[in-house]
Amino acid sequence: MKNKLSSLFALVCLTATALAGPQTFDFKDPKGVNNAIFKLDAPLEAISGSASGISGTVAFDAANPSATKGKIAVATSSLHVGNPMMKEHLHGDQWMSVAKFPEITFETKELKNAKTTGDVTTADAVGTLTIKGVSKEVTVPVKLTYLKDKLGQRVPNQKGDLLVIRASFSIKRSDFGINPGAPQEKVSDPIELTLSIAGASPKS
Amino acid sequence: MKTILRLSAIIVVVAAVVAWLVGGVNRGWTKTSVSVMKKDPVTEIEYPEFEARFSPGVDFLGAALLGAGVLAGVSFLFRKKPTTT
Repeated sequence: MKNKLSSLFALVCLTATALAGPQTFDFKDPKGVNNAIFKLDAPLEAISGSASGISGTVAFDAANPSATKGKIAVATSSLHVGNPMMKEHLHGDQWMSVAKFPEITFETKELKNAKTTGDVTTADAVGTLTIKGVSKEVTVPVKLTYLKDKLGQRVPNQKGDLLVIRASFSIKRSDFGINPGAPQEKVSDPIELTLSIAGASPKS
Repeated sequence: MKTILRLSAIIVVVAAVVAWLVGGVNRGWTKTSVSVMKKDPVTEIEYPEFEARFSPGVDFLGAALLGAGVLAGVSFLFRKKPTTT
């Protein structure tokens, strides 16, 4: 009897530990809400557009947000600007070379300076950003919002949690070989990027 | 012929200016889709939704003015036939 109770206790402890561990959030969003917005300064009008082809997974532990790890990918074919000729150039070989480099990826290594207030964590995500086959280590300020049991409000009859990640940062197009020939007085070297994405972690 | 070309030039300019004004006085490049920002009520994520809409920009206006200029310029190639008395 004592042995059975010990085994049961051990099983409960193991289950509790497993449940308290990191959850995996899937960022493929069928609603098309997840987006990345980019902006480059130009003389007549800033070139701004967005991308909606977001995918990837992030392992997040609400009890230990600084242990967050994951990889987010943006499909370059989903890059969109309002001017059709500009879009053609953007997808072309000089700019994003969509056919050759179908994804932009960001893979986190660690979260630094994580501060949590309620369900919101702010931190600096250190990771590898890969654009056009060029990988660079970057530090991106991120805001993570953990929405416990909110998945059902987005997907009917589905229980689970949501994780919203927001990030705004700047990169240099010259660092990633994005049309290095384009003069900076015509198109700025810095590209402002804003990422707003939500991932789902369903519970069965 | 001269009159037709000059009238055409005026029509092109007026039509382009009216289209530009009606299209929302877009001081940027011409667009065939315009983004409208929306907000997801659960996640509060703001996201752009693109609507297929023609928004003529200054390049459209410039091309129309250039076209009108060419039409008006060509009209000067036609001279009145000298009348003999």
